[in-house]
Amino acid sequence: MNRPAPEPVQIIKERRDRALQNLVGGIPYVNFLGIQFDRRGDELTALLPFDDQLVGNPLLQAIHGGVTSAFLEVTAMIELSWSILWEDMENGNLDPRKLDADHLPRLPKTIDFTVDYLRSGLPRDAYARARVNRSGRRYASVHVEAWQDKRSRLFAQATGHFLIPGRDTTEVE
Amino acid sequence: MIDVSPAQRFIEVIPHAKALGLHLVEIGDGKAVIYMPWDDRFIGDPLTGVIAGGAVSALLDTCCGAAVMSYPGAKSTATLDLRIDYMRTAKPGQRITARAECFHATRSVAFVRATAHDEDTDQPFATAQGAFTMDMMPKPTKTEGAA
Repeated sequence: MNRPAPEPVQIIKERRDRALQNLVGGIPYVNFLGIQFDRRGDELTALLPFDDQLVGNPLLQAIHGGVTSAFLEVTAMIELSWSILWEDMENGNLDPRKLDADHLPRLPKTIDFTVDYLRSGLPRDAYARARVNRSGRRYASVHVEAWQDKRSRLFAQATGHFLIPGRDTTEVE
Repeated sequence: MIDVSPAQRFIEVIPHAKALGLHLVEIGDGKAVIYMPWDDRFIGDPLTGVIAGGAVSALLDTCCGAAVMSYPGAKSTATLDLRIDYMRTAKPGQRITARAECFHATRSVAFVRATAHDEDTDQPFATAQGAFTMDMMPKPTKTEGAA
């Protein structure tokens, strides 16, 4: 039996990047804060470029605690959505070409979110990565860490619980 | 445009609070009330138009910080931890009001709880509880200038 030739890597990459862009780019609040996502395979890194309007303490030019919390929550929620989409894309249940602005997946709802502030956020770019520790049929627990210059020197971390929406993108509650 | 009340000035000096368009309604004695007008830029779920949890966190964190700063003798504060429970989604298009109260303070730590309401004032849609660092003003020793 002949297997079909694999698709060129560039095409697969572009399709995945577009799926991610469609997931993230349509969220006004993500754009308001200026958060971007970098993808390497299924791993996402969130980037928060420093901006004067993110400051919470004008003397120290420190990032506002609420911004830190929001950055962590956005990262956790996108990671969870992406991990579900990724699984669906990989097992062929979801064609990423169909994931356009009119067919977005429903996003998880935050049940609770607990942020641990370890250091003040400096006036620099910040990065975050989240890990889905458990994702069941309805509930998920996600941990997220944020750092600035040094990966091992976290400035904040958080754990949140989320309600997972129905997996069919066209499903209506 | 610019509200010159002293309480509002507290908000005006925090760039991110200004970016969110926050309005300080009441502050004093370890309590604060702040509202955030509806803004389409804060939508977190484009399918439903519901506000992003992060925007609510930012409002609650600011309100808790304001409550700590208004605690008698407090000089400066930073968030140690903050937990938020989302009991329901806030109604799209509505102003969100946060109320925070510093219910206990030691010399270095303030314990704060807060609620967030949409325009349904009966039931908060979210609650928060957190611990904040707190630096106290030195006890007045000599005759120094008023704070």
